[in-house]
Amino acid sequence: MIVGTLFIILICLLIGSIIYGRRLVRTEVTDAVFGNPTRALGGWHWIVAGVSSILIIWLYFSWDAGRAFFPKSANELCQVAKLNRTANPIRSAFPLEDRLLRSTLLLERDYGQMDALESKLANTNFNETDRAELQSVISEMRATLAAQADPKLMDPGTAGRLDEIATRINDLAKNIADDNYPSTPDPDREKALAQPAWGETSTEIPPMPMTDLGYKFSKAAEVMDGISKDFSKIRNNGENITAKLEALQARYKGFKIDESDGEEITAQRKELLKQVEKIYRRIDDGKIFPSAMTQKVEDALINLDDVKKSEQGMLRYIDIFALPGGDILAGNRACSEQGSGRWLPKPSDTLQTFVKMAHPDEGYKGIPLLWYKMKPVGEVFEILIPDWIANLVPGEYPRHDDAGNVLTNFKNKVYNFATGNYESMMIPVPIGHIWDSMMRVLAGLFFGIILGVPLGLYMGLSRFAKGFFDPLIELYRPIPPLAWAPLILTIFGIQDDGKIFLLFMVAFAIMVISARTGATGTQLSKIHAAHSLGASKFQIIRKVILPNSLPEILTGIRIAIGVCWGTLVAAEMLAGTTGIGFVENVARKQSDYEIIWMTILLLGLLGLLFDLIMRFIIHRTIPWRGKG
Amino acid sequence: MSDLVADKVNMVFNTKGGGTVHALKDISFTLKQGELLSVLGPSGCGKTTLLNIIAGFNRPTGGAFYLGGEEISGPGLNRGMVFQQGALFEWLTVAENVNFGLRMKGSDKKETAQKVEEWLDIVGLQGFGNTPTYQLSGGMQQRVALARCLINDPDLILMDEPLGALDALTREKMQTLVLKIWKETGKTIMIITHSVEEALLLGERLFVMAPRPGRLHKEYQLPFAEQGLTTDPREIKNSAQFSETREEILTMIWNMEEEIMGKTNAA
Repeated sequence: MIVGTLFIILICLLIGSIIYGRRLVRTEVTDAVFGNPTRALGGWHWIVAGVSSILIIWLYFSWDAGRAFFPKSANELCQVAKLNRTANPIRSAFPLEDRLLRSTLLLERDYGQMDALESKLANTNFNETDRAELQSVISEMRATLAAQADPKLMDPGTAGRLDEIATRINDLAKNIADDNYPSTPDPDREKALAQPAWGETSTEIPPMPMTDLGYKFSKAAEVMDGISKDFSKIRNNGENITAKLEALQARYKGFKIDESDGEEITAQRKELLKQVEKIYRRIDDGKIFPSAMTQKVEDALINLDDVKKSEQGMLRYIDIFALPGGDILAGNRACSEQGSGRWLPKPSDTLQTFVKMAHPDEGYKGIPLLWYKMKPVGEVFEILIPDWIANLVPGEYPRHDDAGNVLTNFKNKVYNFATGNYESMMIPVPIGHIWDSMMRVLAGLFFGIILGVPLGLYMGLSRFAKGFFDPLIELYRPIPPLAWAPLILTIFGIQDDGKIFLLFMVAFAIMVISARTGATGTQLSKIHAAHSLGASKFQIIRKVILPNSLPEILTGIRIAIGVCWGTLVAAEMLAGTTGIGFVENVARKQSDYEIIWMTILLLGLLGLLFDLIMRFIIHRTIPWRGKG
Repeated sequence: MSDLVADKVNMVFNTKGGGTVHALKDISFTLKQGELLSVLGPSGCGKTTLLNIIAGFNRPTGGAFYLGGEEISGPGLNRGMVFQQGALFEWLTVAENVNFGLRMKGSDKKETAQKVEEWLDIVGLQGFGNTPTYQLSGGMQQRVALARCLINDPDLILMDEPLGALDALTREKMQTLVLKIWKETGKTIMIITHSVEEALLLGERLFVMAPRPGRLHKEYQLPFAEQGLTTDPREIKNSAQFSETREEILTMIWNMEEEIMGKTNAA
């Protein structure tokens, strides 16, 4: 209901913004010259058009829109799929989906194998009489195969059974075309209606028929199953052929292998005889029929296909247009979506999964995506105060006295304060996979900035610093961060430390280079001006060179965030127990498309969020960029 | 008193090819307090080098400048400088630019704000205190640069082609402003310029420099700056004395340029 409404609104938005955009262009026509960059300004309606296109495509190809508008059709298509599945053993014997008749294919293969066997026989060590005998057996096999393809030699009983199959299929087709079939109402309808709806249990489609149309196809599928089983029992080995086969069997069984020429040659001879037996068994299967004798069955199947199509009616068009890019297939127990409906999770399902995983009751591997937890203030800020500060306080940590009392002293109190071990107010603290990932990026970035920017500025101003640090940074910068990951994670551990250090390395190099570029680009006259206004060295760095480098530094931060984000997810995939990358890695192992898709979207949205924040900061802090 | 004294100042640069360039040779002069000096010369005659040395950004290879009897050995607050493009700090507002020097000293905030108001008033930028610098026009930027320099109360004001980048109309207004400031504050001002007319108008004294090696070629004592305080500059420019001097100097510089061209062609 919501999805359907949303889908229609999105289509209206798309069409509306296109019309609005066209109209706007018409009013501009007088000064619209190609190549005028101001024509790229504005245009929020194209943003609306772009976003709604993406959402429409997503809703459409994930079958979410189809499910919203035709909630029962998947169940009906599932019943049709059952009929297809049960008809498949017969259909595959005829050139309905394949190019060749099954019998033709088998003949071609068997002849080919006998050709290979003959040439092998010529190259294997046999005495003349043995060779002649085996050659004769192979020739006889060819004759038997040819006999199976001959309609005149076919057993009348077998022909009768084939005709009976054709009649049964035709009867079934007639039944399907009949509006009153099946004559009795569905006894399991109530149970079927109580099934979980489409999409309620991951991607599964309710298998029991919920409509009359579905029941018809499901019933037909049962009948078809019987026909298929009977068809597969038919073998083309009537009297004429059985005699030939028995004679053949006697001949190759009676063949004695000459074992006097050593083990190796004997093994070769045995191998060849084994292959003769293999081909014999194939022929004995009797799956080759004269093509004229199976024509009736083929015609009946084509008839059944036509009836099936016309009886589906609208359902076929729903399948083609509302559920694009794949079919619904019936397995032994359940029906499943295939194609884009399978690997492109539906927006509504993805949102539901997100909400479920965000909440701590569900979460993912025990941790929610993003939630909060009440924690005492002391515990939160404990990380800011180093524990060793207590060691600096004069005196000793308290010892217990003779009565066994443990008394506290000032030094101990300081220690308790530094470790957050005191009563304090509870405040909400964000937790979860998303939060962990974001904190890692921000921590890496923070250290990268506070260490990278000063070094970069120094390198921009000092020949020594430039020459001394340049090789170091230029050497490690081009190395893909992930190449470092195994080493760093081994040294610093797979928890936050290693990842933050890895991200620090990434951010550091970028920040050094951008700060250096900024410092190098300072106009000499500005520095002269600052000098003549009485600024000290430190003041010049702080008040002139740093602000002058801000555009480059902020651009550097923007780039660094992007690179860190990418590196972090990859690092989390390598190792760790929390983070978005971890979630995706686990989902990958379980082929859970919905969670994979959700993490991809989350990463995209968070990256976008970071970039928008940076753009906002850049806009607010350096409006003078390029105008100096 | 704080006169500027040049004592046989020499500046020799080493070039990368191993040769030397004599940028300034035996420059000696005395600039009394309150004098207005303009320096003129063909490009490459060492005008800017001279100014940079006086400002303390470069050190001469021989001789020295003395301001008020003290040798100049680095940038100092007793000399203010106005640059060609203003060299304003575009990330600061007008007021923050003007009070930059005072903030670096850590002066009292109230006093600073008051001074900024005064100086913005003098240079004609009342009410522009909170405007971001990058939004100002070229002429206004130069006014800010002037105020930023003057607020520190320097003894000597150095101007490196301060009006070079302005349009003709703004330029005339700024010339009047410079004269007004010179009169009202009684500061010593040294202006480097490319324009002969500007040098004549803004120079109580005028040095014409010659290139290769850079040296003082000729000195003039001119009445136009004094006249400019009371008379319309356009009237001065139309006077016979002004045109004569202008023609004389133009011919002089023209000949120098010819000579350089000749030298270059011969080499």
